Amino acid sequence: MEKETKAFQRVYTKLFQLTKATVSLRAQGVGNDELAIVDGRLAQVVKIIGDMVTLQIFGGTEGIATNAEVIFAGKSPTLKVGDDLAGRFFNAYGEPMEGGEIMGEELEIGGPSVNPVRRKQPSEFIPTGIAGIDLNNALVTGQKIPFFADPDQPYNQVMAMVALRAKADKIILAGMGLTNDDYLYFKNVFDNAGALDRIVGFINTTEDPPVERLLVPDMALSAAEYYATKKNEKVLVLLTDMTLYSDALSIVSNRMDQIPSKDSMPGSLYSDLARLYEKAVQFPDGGSITIIAVTTLSGGDITHAVPDNTGYITEGQLFLRKDSDVGKVIVDPFRSLSRLKQLVIGKKTREDHPQVMNAAVRLYADAANARTKQENGFDLTDYDERTLEFAKGYSRKLLAIDVNIEMEEMLETAYALFSEHFKPEEVGIREEFVKKYWHK
Amino acid sequence: MNTIGNVTGIIANLVIVETEGTAGQNEICFIKHGDTRLMAEVIKVVGNKAYLQVFESTRGLKVGTEVEFMGHMLEVTLGPGILSKNFDGLQNDLNKMDGIFLKRGEYTDPLDFDSKFAFKPLAKKGDKVTAGSWLGEVKENWIAHKIMVPFKFNGEFTVKSLKEDGEYKLNDAIAVLTDKDGKDHEVTMVQKWPVKVPIKAYKNKPRPFKILETGIRVMDTLNPMAEGGTGFIPGPFGSGKTVLQHSLSKNANADLVVVAACGERANEVVEIFTEFPELEDPRTGRKLMERTTIIANTSNMPVAAREASVYTAMTIAEYYRAMGLKVLLLADSTSRWAQALREMSNRMEELPGPDGFPMDLSAIIANFYARAGFVYLPNGETGSITFIGTVSPAGGNLKEPVTESTKKVARCFYALSQQRADSKRYPAIDSIDSYSKYLEYPEIEEYLNSTISENWTDNVHEAKDILLRGKETYEQINILGDDGVPIEYHIRYWKSELIDFVILQQDGFDAIDASSSLERQDYMLQKTLGVTRMEYDFESFEDVGPYFKRVINALKQMNYSEFDSDKFKKNEKELEKILKEQKQEEKEEAKA
Ligand SMILES: Nc1ncnc2c1ncn2[C@@H]1O[C@H](COP(=O)(O)OP(=O)(O)OP(=O)(O)O)[C@@H](O)[C@H]1O
Ligand SMILES: [Mg+2]
Repeated sequence: MEKETKAFQRVYTKLFQLTKATVSLRAQGVGNDELAIVDGRLAQVVKIIGDMVTLQIFGGTEGIATNAEVIFAGKSPTLKVGDDLAGRFFNAYGEPMEGGEIMGEELEIGGPSVNPVRRKQPSEFIPTGIAGIDLNNALVTGQKIPFFADPDQPYNQVMAMVALRAKADKIILAGMGLTNDDYLYFKNVFDNAGALDRIVGFINTTEDPPVERLLVPDMALSAAEYYATKKNEKVLVLLTDMTLYSDALSIVSNRMDQIPSKDSMPGSLYSDLARLYEKAVQFPDGGSITIIAVTTLSGGDITHAVPDNTGYITEGQLFLRKDSDVGKVIVDPFRSLSRLKQLVIGKKTREDHPQVMNAAVRLYADAANARTKQENGFDLTDYDERTLEFAKGYSRKLLAIDVNIEMEEMLETAYALFSEHFKPEEVGIREEFVKKYWHK
Repeated sequence: MNTIGNVTGIIANLVIVETEGTAGQNEICFIKHGDTRLMAEVIKVVGNKAYLQVFESTRGLKVGTEVEFMGHMLEVTLGPGILSKNFDGLQNDLNKMDGIFLKRGEYTDPLDFDSKFAFKPLAKKGDKVTAGSWLGEVKENWIAHKIMVPFKFNGEFTVKSLKEDGEYKLNDAIAVLTDKDGKDHEVTMVQKWPVKVPIKAYKNKPRPFKILETGIRVMDTLNPMAEGGTGFIPGPFGSGKTVLQHSLSKNANADLVVVAACGERANEVVEIFTEFPELEDPRTGRKLMERTTIIANTSNMPVAAREASVYTAMTIAEYYRAMGLKVLLLADSTSRWAQALREMSNRMEELPGPDGFPMDLSAIIANFYARAGFVYLPNGETGSITFIGTVSPAGGNLKEPVTESTKKVARCFYALSQQRADSKRYPAIDSIDSYSKYLEYPEIEEYLNSTISENWTDNVHEAKDILLRGKETYEQINILGDDGVPIEYHIRYWKSELIDFVILQQDGFDAIDASSSLERQDYMLQKTLGVTRMEYDFESFEDVGPYFKRVINALKQMNYSEFDSDKFKKNEKELEKILKEQKQEEKEEAKA
């Protein structure tokens, strides 16, 4: 990053401490969180003791010498917002990647929280066409929910699909440690769908310094707040991958000699993540911010500090799983949960939605038990056999991520599967709905 | 003159201030950052350096900034009008704040100083009074809100004059009290009290001896909470802590409920804001919001204020207890409060205890829980604070400092189990791991048997025994296979399933099942034990499950019907029929 030195800026050239992510120097009149340029790299004040100032260098400190030039900017990180954000991709500093300028208002990123009494209760269903989500884990505007996924799962593909179908006014992609291939994938998919004008991207790829990632979610969420409050738009924010974001947090905190907490994450991880996720909100004037994130797991371990803290913050989580019986990736109906679904299912969707959802999942669970029985060499009953057949159809026609149908059709598909394999009393749907909807 | 100091260091929300004047532990300060004043609390003093935790973001703050020490600790303002309000952790009235976003340095009045309240005197001229004595009362929603001698008043006073019936503003003097030295003191309808100091305006605190009815079967029947008791709910994420606390706040038999949303989701608080003004209190028919006060310091609000929020909530609860009321205090989640302590302790580079928490975490938690309790007031009336906190253990592992410290002091332990939550057996309280120490108190046992029914505690222990044996048997069936065990094992297992489905599980979202009276719980427990006490003689293990499933279904339908209604009785008949048929079949088979 090149920055010009202006006359009023304070310039220093004597560092007395260097670590991998931070530098310290003596300086006066510096504000907490203030930005600076150290040897041409963006940095931010993280600690001031008397005239000793410690800066975190987003690009890393490789090659910085004790005589590096330090210029303080007199402000904390900002993003320029305006109409021409749309359709463009930015780096972690909020600078357009293809060059050029943004005309508009300069917003401080990481701004204040919404007063809880000014929030509205989320109540708008977000159809995605994926039955594993819409039928079993309906999403709601203003919700925050992550995919808990192993690194080899197609979470970015699913997320792109969800984003395009979600009928959002704006989609804001925050890429943290995104591979260049995935970045190009997102760009391509959005472009092919003719949706580029609804997209804003803030991208840190694996080729960029990891500490830069720390700015990305705040940039994306500030842009989201701009669209949701100034334009009353429905904004969908995609955060991928929050585990890599957390890794960057731990690099900085460890460099600052903070006592690490579980899994060498900073003790403030919960607050750090909550500050971001809680930007998800339904505003009273119709604007909303919905966050769909990715938290990659290592070896499927959800007790690791990052997924664990995330689970305590978000409103549910989605799991992908390969179903080897049908050879497809499905949204796991057992471990996935959308905590806000109660607000919309059966209310914004057809009245029998909750009953159909529960019945299908229960039968799927019976199938899982039957499979265990089978694997242990016990005999299967006729009912067991039928649940196994049902499970295959359910997986293929509803749970698979390549499903793309309307809500009504999901329910009808479920009834078709029910009536193919079961009698109404085995399914346990309320009498009145059986009369009305059961396939004869 | 207030002490003045200057900022010399800033690490996130820890600010170091140098001062020549005096500074006290927990003293409140204001940092003059430009046009805004940032509130902070002294958490350590070393030489002429005071360490402050700032209740706001410190962005842009510079060394050299002036700091004013206020000479008092963090205080709450106590008076009529607290009820139904939505406060932040520092008792700012959230509804009075402008705009959609919270503004740094904006502090609002907790009470409505311009409103008038109808005052009625209770004391009279010449009465001898002490801190906490009731001087008069005003109507606050449906509660007779007592105007008390301020808790800060030391010693005995004589009522010199008292206002008559009439409408007064909060700051109007309603009484003049004369102290031992003949000096007069005016008393208004508001007073202030430092949140970290317990209000002790009571005569004594006996061991709890009554039950606080919560309407939740797995609590009331199996592990009852005492009025004035303490309990905690640990559980991994998504296991149902918040839903359970919300049910408690809706259904518990308390005069009023103080909810501290401490470092959790804003949308969950919004749910209370949205629903409580509509929902009815099943006992009084009034709107739930009329008995509820919310302290909302959600996870995105400043961390230091999160720490303060539980104390603010406790002090408000103590204030109402001194009026002779039955208060239920809920905090979700106390782990977030402990984490706030950890963040500060880390920044101050204190020697860390286990998992980086402060060394004195156990003591802090113990002191907090000790503030709950049942009390006799000086005038012979009683009041109580029942406190139930949730704990969010890292990785769901209960061997961690917050759970362990809490377990030492809380008398009830409601462990939520991931497995039960996964299989949608809500509320997911594991009835075998959980306990209520109160059930062992002879005075509680006596209370239960005399107020609910004669054999109540025996029945409860019988049910617990069936659950435990059922669990053991289930493990054996799993190892040996369905036909590798005697049929008796299947019967034993299904008896425990029966209790699980009918007593333990409860649909918190169903209008009727959500809350169950003690009378009804007694009835259902006896019904259920009636089934488990029967002798069975099944032909094959395959007949056991279907029979019990039918019984469970009939009993569940009873749970879903209004108590003693026609529908309830119809389902009861259905149950009798199933039981009779079973006996019939067994007889016929025996003959054949
Ligand atoms: N009694 C219940 N009846 C039906 N569903 C429930 C019940 N309890 C919990 N759930 C389901 O589980 C979800 C999570 O519950 P809850 O929010 O209470 O969990 P929690 O333990 O507070 O989690 P966290 O620690 O993340 O806050 C709810 O959104 C709901 O879908
Ligand atoms: Mg919760």
